[in-house]
Amino acid sequence: MKDPAPADDGETRPKHARKPVGWSMIFIGALVVVCVTLVWRRDGIDGVLNILTHDLWLFGEILPRVLAGCLLGAFIAEILPHEKVSRALGPKSGLKGLLIGTAFGAILPGGPFTAYPVASALLAVGADFGATIAMVVSWTLIGYGRAVAWEIPIMGTDFTLWRILISLPLPVLAGALGRFVYVRIYPQPAAKDDET
Amino acid sequence: MSAALLIDILLWGSVFGVGLIAFRRGPPVFKASLREGSMDFINIVPRIALGVIGSGYIAAIIPQEVITGWLGPDSGWLGVATAVVAGAATPGGPVIGFSIGTVALKSGGGVPQVVAYVVAWALFAFQRMILWEIPFMPARFVWFRCAVSVPFPFVAAAIAMVIGKP
Repeated sequence: MKDPAPADDGETRPKHARKPVGWSMIFIGALVVVCVTLVWRRDGIDGVLNILTHDLWLFGEILPRVLAGCLLGAFIAEILPHEKVSRALGPKSGLKGLLIGTAFGAILPGGPFTAYPVASALLAVGADFGATIAMVVSWTLIGYGRAVAWEIPIMGTDFTLWRILISLPLPVLAGALGRFVYVRIYPQPAAKDDET
Repeated sequence: MSAALLIDILLWGSVFGVGLIAFRRGPPVFKASLREGSMDFINIVPRIALGVIGSGYIAAIIPQEVITGWLGPDSGWLGVATAVVAGAATPGGPVIGFSIGTVALKSGGGVPQVVAYVVAWALFAFQRMILWEIPFMPARFVWFRCAVSVPFPFVAAAIAMVIGKP
């Protein structure tokens, strides 16, 4: 394998050409339709409207943070030097790359509205799946944000610290497993055609 | 809600910080990334809308009691496996996930099972995936990430069994 990730990302930088509707979205949409129907049959139209108003309210609250997350991701993608990122977090970065990903995920401020745009930006500038998996898993398991805001108050300090201690090796292991599987499933860089 | 305010301050502070760095690289760089970020935002809003509104309905179909029932005090690896499924299926945000964990601990659930539950919730909670991960990340990455994460709630439970209670 010779540098799968940077190969398609070098000169042109194909932005993340997202299909507006992918299979995941169609699947979720279908699931939602089924659930709306079930709620309607159980609770009537009032039940449906109750959830709708609550969720629209939540949507309005989330929206500014989503904007902030998107801007953060775009700025980070722009200011990070691509060669350095693919050296530090690329497919050949080894254990060090997984550790950097883990550390980055652990210190990243904010919630999912920052973690995922930033992870997506890292992928776009040359990080491989392994390092990005380490980052996402680290954010979700040992990131301080959710632990401080929710887990400690609800589950107690002892349990939380102990649970985080147990989780410490997991991001690196998940990233390593990700790399191990990735080079076996997608041996050729050409595997990316289906996305563009 | 001072925690939410703090998060917002940190978040916009970070945006401002990296924006400033981009601006010092020159206004064209700054403008390009500003446009890129705004386009991402516009593309993602419909997905987030579907995620927020949709997951509310999915959560209404999977009531919390179902999840709590799955986290009964039956111990051993079967209990761990059930806890993993329960973690992935838990509707709602962190308050609900951690509260269910606490209830399970207090009502006699085994510690390794509760650890498996919390870790599985952190890794796979369907609501976070639908709402955030799938809209923002390439679909291939999300499925791949989930597939390779499957062993880790079990690993966490195993470590918990070895090193004992907190």
